[in-house]
Amino acid sequence: MTRTTPIKVITANALLEGDVVWLSHDGNWTRHLADALPFSDPEQADAALQQASQRHDEVVGCYLADMRLGASGLEPTHFREDFRRRGPSNYAHGKQSQG
Amino acid sequence: MYQYDDFDRTFIAERNRQFRAQVERRIDGSLTEEEFRPLRLMNGLYLQLHAYMLRVAIPYGTLSSAQLRQLAMIATRWDKGYGHFTTRQNIQYNWPRLNDVPDILDALAEVGLHAIQTSGNTIRNVTSDQFAAAAADEIEDPRPYAELIRQWSTDHPEFQFLPRKFKIAITGSPNDRAVTKAHDIGLRMVQRDGETGFEVIVGGGLGRTPMIGKVIRDFLPVADLLPYLEAIVGTYNLLGRRDNKYKARIKITVHENGLEKVRDLVEAQFAAIAPQFDADAAAAQLALLKQQFAAPELPPRDDAPYQAAYRSNAVFRAWADTNLHPHRVAGYSIVTISLKPHGGTPGDATDAQMQLVADLAEQYAQGEIRVSHEQNLVLPHVAQADLPALHAALRTAGLATANVGLASDIIACPGMDYCALATARSIPVAQQIAESVDSLKLEHDIGPLKIKISGCINACGHHHVGHIGILGLDRAGVENYQITLGGDGTEDAVIGTRTGPGFAYDQIVPAIERILQAYLVLRRDRAETFLQTYRRLGAEPFKTALYETEQVDAA
Ligand code: SF4
Repeated sequence: MTRTTPIKVITANALLEGDVVWLSHDGNWTRHLADALPFSDPEQADAALQQASQRHDEVVGCYLADMRLGASGLEPTHFREDFRRRGPSNYAHGKQSQG
Repeated sequence: MYQYDDFDRTFIAERNRQFRAQVERRIDGSLTEEEFRPLRLMNGLYLQLHAYMLRVAIPYGTLSSAQLRQLAMIATRWDKGYGHFTTRQNIQYNWPRLNDVPDILDALAEVGLHAIQTSGNTIRNVTSDQFAAAAADEIEDPRPYAELIRQWSTDHPEFQFLPRKFKIAITGSPNDRAVTKAHDIGLRMVQRDGETGFEVIVGGGLGRTPMIGKVIRDFLPVADLLPYLEAIVGTYNLLGRRDNKYKARIKITVHENGLEKVRDLVEAQFAAIAPQFDADAAAAQLALLKQQFAAPELPPRDDAPYQAAYRSNAVFRAWADTNLHPHRVAGYSIVTISLKPHGGTPGDATDAQMQLVADLAEQYAQGEIRVSHEQNLVLPHVAQADLPALHAALRTAGLATANVGLASDIIACPGMDYCALATARSIPVAQQIAESVDSLKLEHDIGPLKIKISGCINACGHHHVGHIGILGLDRAGVENYQITLGGDGTEDAVIGTRTGPGFAYDQIVPAIERILQAYLVLRRDRAETFLQTYRRLGAEPFKTALYETEQVDAA
């Protein structure tokens, strides 16, 4: 079995809604993990995080989150990131209601 | 009912105006998050997992109908149609947008509410007995004192940057319903030779290092209340550790220095500052507050409608048996409205439910509502004659669950469904336990039981003082739940004892079911409660039930 390379994405919360966002391929912030820009090179990831963190009039609290490549694309490796992707489990609020 | 005075109104309006400008500067980019964060926290605005969260203080858990209606309006207009009542007797909105928050704060100010000092290393909202001024066992209403403390602590110039946050709870009853022994300062009203005073408890707290508070003064005359509190907080402000956040609470200060040393310092400071306090002014203010909090006139009422409904209506009877508490006035009851429908989120109320409760409080309960630290609502003064009609009205809105004090009346913090600090979820665990005991029709047979769940070591769900406590942790990237047994949050407060290795998310509910089944077998008879059985037998038989049949991970 080949070892899966750790993949990172840049994530944060949107300034106005506080909604979870990821840095996307086009350099904008996306509300869909599927559109997030994956980094497999840690140095590139760190450099991109540095830059993204400057965008403080768009987002709050940028950090790198671990992902793996699953059948349906990017999947969080930790349950916290999974909940951030999905929204709360008691109501269909947050991402679940936004389709 | 007590209304804020002009000083409060001016202060709140000024703070809201400042914060509106700060939010604008944050949104236009002239403030960075680093600069803005302490400002928003000072105004109760947190950033959680999926959104901002606004924490609104409900001083000593007392609301008027007008205030509750406004809370409902805010939920409709700026949130997702509900609010979450917390163990601090506060309400939290889980989905406000940053740019709406100044308007929300203005709407709160219209009814004398705010979100100041609901965060930061300050003296937080003073909590109290939700049955204050109504309970049959009460010496005196603690809320005039709580209000005096609120006025003293709000914007106190020396206590805005304490080593850590500081929580005060006060009760006027010997039966402690305010968990005073788990607070930085707990005040229990006592009487000595006909004089009213306070037993002062210091250094209690849950969280990472749970401790039961210790009595620093067994009788404090009422007149000495503020200077003595000032002496405690002042001593802590100097002595408390600022080098390590986990050792900064006063419980650690007391633990590391010893109660004797802390007491000596407090008493010395008290002696030094007491003469500077204007005792006459404080006494006059207290007298004024007592007038404003004066208990409502409760005329005698014929309780025949209550007796008739109790005899003929089994659903009403079940509710009356669990959700009513004795009132000091004959013919009246204290009603607890359960915010724990089986399978629901503990402590959540929809806007429509809040509206209805506000209306019913006006109709049947002197326009007063309380929030309990157990995340329920309370109507403190209801004539028993009105109970059948009240119950029927509550039923139409899903507010008549007959489970107060039972297994499904669970305290659960927001956990990882909302809270940025969480290490695991707590809400779905509470939901599943409640559904389980409901489907097995077990809870009325089990009787009094307090299950409390926290989603991390900060223990907002009070799990240490639950008869059954559940703590959600992250064990190597998987949710894992530790169980403690035998905790107690009353005047006999005890920290629960860990049973052993934790359980995975899909194993925690079956584990709780095994504890409950074990209790039903082990108890002497129906009169012996879970806690009594546990105290008689210890943890062993429960551990056997928990672990013998089960393959557990070695946590
Ligand atoms: S106990 Fe932890 S998870 Fe629960 S509300 Fe408090 S900080 Fe959040």
